[in-house]
Amino acid sequence: MAANPTRAEPSLAEGAAAETLFELRFRSLPDRLKMVRAAVAAAVRSTGCSEDAVHDIVLAVDEACQNVIRHAYSGRPDGEIVLTMRREGDRVAVELRDFAPPVDERRVRPRDLDELRPGGLGTHLIREVMDEVAFLPRPAGGGNLLRMVKRIAPTGAAAGKAEGERP
Amino acid sequence: MKHQLREDGATLVVTLEGDVDLDSSPEAREVLLKAVGRGRDVLVDMARITYIDSSGIASLVEALQAARLRGRRLALAAVSPAAMRVLSLARLDKVFAIHASVAEALASGG
Repeated sequence: MAANPTRAEPSLAEGAAAETLFELRFRSLPDRLKMVRAAVAAAVRSTGCSEDAVHDIVLAVDEACQNVIRHAYSGRPDGEIVLTMRREGDRVAVELRDFAPPVDERRVRPRDLDELRPGGLGTHLIREVMDEVAFLPRPAGGGNLLRMVKRIAPTGAAAGKAEGERP
Repeated sequence: MKHQLREDGATLVVTLEGDVDLDSSPEAREVLLKAVGRGRDVLVDMARITYIDSSGIASLVEALQAARLRGRRLALAAVSPAAMRVLSLARLDKVFAIHASVAEALASGG
């Protein structure tokens, strides 16, 4: 895999093996998200990145889970969600799998923020804080697979744009 | 999520406490809209909010719009860095009046 010349990860990822931090299966219920956030925060924190990055990744995962619960499963309480958190060198990768009918990607694009109205913000927030967001080809067995990636820098390292820009 | 209401002069101070997320934002929405429904200016004390997501932000936006319709103000106070981050990402940090503290907000009449 490392010999693949088309691989677009020329940085630290070459030297550091990818590591699955955890895999979590849970029901499509709003009251499961507190547990999910705690697990994601602990996993991201273990990579040694800043608390700002921890918050941003927690937010993105939470919002993506909300999209699955509210839209993919349409509020159904018995849907299954599988969250996998991985460290890939200097990146944190999140994969979110559901077993719902295929989502229409046009419906999960960020909306125009000029209009002041409640709702529809989640996808915008995800795209603001993560470096890559994409639906992967539909997995065998159905459902949807969303992959999100954020570059991280260890705490104490020179402040990098990977940490996101704060005003 | 917990909440408290208290009156300070003409202003109703709503304190939200804990995580305001998909699970608790319906309750936050109800608390905020009820407060606005009392026809007073509303100040939301956010000091004890430990986490807020897009659904919590949406509740604040809805309450702000309801207040404007009534010709009343809804302002935020003591917004944590994490909550401010979400407001900024949502481009709402200039839409809400945001005060450093409840005391400062009440002193300024807002």
